[in-house]
Amino acid sequence: MANITLGHFLTLGGILFALSVIGIFLNRRNLIVLLMAIELMLLAVNLNFVAFSHYLPMEADRMGGQVFVFFILTVAAAESAIGLAILVVLFRNRASINVEELDELKG
Amino acid sequence: MNSTTALFYVFSAVLLLAAFRVITARSTVHSALFLVLSFFSASCIWMLLKAEFLAITLVLVYVGAVMVLFLFVVMMLDINTDSLREGFYKHLPLAGTIGALIALEMALVLMRGFQLQAPAPTAKAVELGNTKLLGIEVYTQYLYPLQLAAVLLLVAIVAAIALTLRARKDSKHMNPSEQVRAKKADRVRLVKLAPTIEAASIPVDTPPAAPAQGGKA
Repeated sequence: MANITLGHFLTLGGILFALSVIGIFLNRRNLIVLLMAIELMLLAVNLNFVAFSHYLPMEADRMGGQVFVFFILTVAAAESAIGLAILVVLFRNRASINVEELDELKG
Repeated sequence: MNSTTALFYVFSAVLLLAAFRVITARSTVHSALFLVLSFFSASCIWMLLKAEFLAITLVLVYVGAVMVLFLFVVMMLDINTDSLREGFYKHLPLAGTIGALIALEMALVLMRGFQLQAPAPTAKAVELGNTKLLGIEVYTQYLYPLQLAAVLLLVAIVAAIALTLRARKDSKHMNPSEQVRAKKADRVRLVKLAPTIEAASIPVDTPPAAPAQGGKA
């Protein structure tokens, strides 16, 4: 195995995704670490997109994969900004970010 | 084993180690810092994939903006980390098993199914370079999504500010536009009042008939 193949990058993305799933299981209570685990998941997905775009160039010089990563980065930045804003408001109102205590909508 | 392969393994090891520390670190600040490290290693891996523009963007946008925001929030909120880590070790066996299974299954499928070697770069890619190619794509083929992304960012700005903005009750700030628009009628109210007639002070020793004439003074 002299050269790295597409499978190596995809496997790396898969392991990264699995790690962030474990992180969501382990840190069920800490909302900030949950957000970080979601960021890791997005990173794993982006890694797949970039790898596919490098190894499978479509007709001519289409860079659909990288353009998609571009947009995912935009959406992820907006998501984390709003998520953190909600977190700040939540902490102001409840003085806690423990997910277990946020059960007011329970019937 | 050429240098690209060696670099791939080094960056992957750092990336996975940092990701592992993100989910297991005791302090949330440490988690955020390890997340910075994992983004940085991911950006190095994207460089190996010849996606320079996205690699730089990842560092600028994530490490420069998003992670600073994370650190800012983590340090602003006074969080009791110990109570948030209850049940960490209780869930560890199940989470570890599930995660290992996911990773194993993915590795089995992906390593066997995608034994592709990187194709030689096309002449156009060599001539223009990654950034220019991406720019051409974004501003021609994907122009409408780009506009949508811009609107999305605007919405995110407005939403984030509207969520966290609160009017302080003890603030004594003025509103200039309200001040300019104020009319005389809003502030000054002229009231017709019947003239009050001052009651004359009545000396104790004067006769009761006397104040009736002298009271107008």
